[in-house]
Amino acid sequence: MRFAIVVFPGSNCDADCLHIARDLLGCEAEYVWHKDRDLKEADAVILPGGFAYGDYLRAGALARFSPVMESVSEFAKAGRPVLGICNGFQVLLEAGLLPGAVRVNHGLRYVCRDVFMRVENTETGFTRLYERGSVVRMPIGHMEGNYTAPPQTLEALERERRVVFRYCDADGRVTDGANPNGAAANIAGIANREGNVVGLMPHPDRCAEGVLGNDVGRKMFESVVHALAER
Amino acid sequence: MKVEVRVFPRSDVLDPQGKAIAAALARLGHRAVRDVRAGKVFFLDVEGSDASQVERDARRMAEELLANTVIEGFDVKVVG
Repeated sequence: MRFAIVVFPGSNCDADCLHIARDLLGCEAEYVWHKDRDLKEADAVILPGGFAYGDYLRAGALARFSPVMESVSEFAKAGRPVLGICNGFQVLLEAGLLPGAVRVNHGLRYVCRDVFMRVENTETGFTRLYERGSVVRMPIGHMEGNYTAPPQTLEALERERRVVFRYCDADGRVTDGANPNGAAANIAGIANREGNVVGLMPHPDRCAEGVLGNDVGRKMFESVVHALAER
Repeated sequence: MKVEVRVFPRSDVLDPQGKAIAAALARLGHRAVRDVRAGKVFFLDVEGSDASQVERDARRMAEELLANTVIEGFDVKVVG
């Protein structure tokens, strides 16, 4: 099992993801520079958090034109697992691998704190080890996480159960007060129709081992290892 | 040729920045302001002499990169 971790100029969670894959899960993992097209025979690709290209123009807008994204797009379209975390999610949105867009947070501030999310879909490549309906706490750190999409897209996401995580309170209630950025329908993460491409604003990579005080995020990485081992 | 591309939040999309600016203007006493939408403007210098071709090219640039048409609209003006 080998992970490819894409590194854009400005990625800053790439080392965290590599550490999780190699040191915590015992998998192989390689960085892939954004100018490369070779995904190094990876079984899963992670687009890590950060500020690719300084978030110039719009978060993720320039990163999507990196040569590596052509390979990531082909990989995703072949049904293989791709996870976008925070800025990586923004890149997936700009690349059209997931629908919708993010705007600046409704409070116009960078929000950096823990949030609660309800796990809505456990059939994706990255969530199968969670319990559906369970509440997980993960950190966020972003300025543009205010997810939106045209009404018909939002309806399709709900109908096809492609909302993967939804912001909620500690008891699992989906309320405006529990929504840190104004995202439509409290959406924190979504999947494509096939469930192999998942993107979310919160950071499972920042809560993947006990020494960080929380290891709930580790299951996202373990889920894909588990899924691929079954094949 | 000089081209201006204006990119702005679509009218059916909430614009948090515009709302905050409108509130700030109201606090400054500009009570006649009903609404503000905050966008961006790009000043392009494009090679070519055919204004309609340059405009078409600029439109493509807006669609492909300058605007995210999920949340933003744009207009293009060749200014000389």
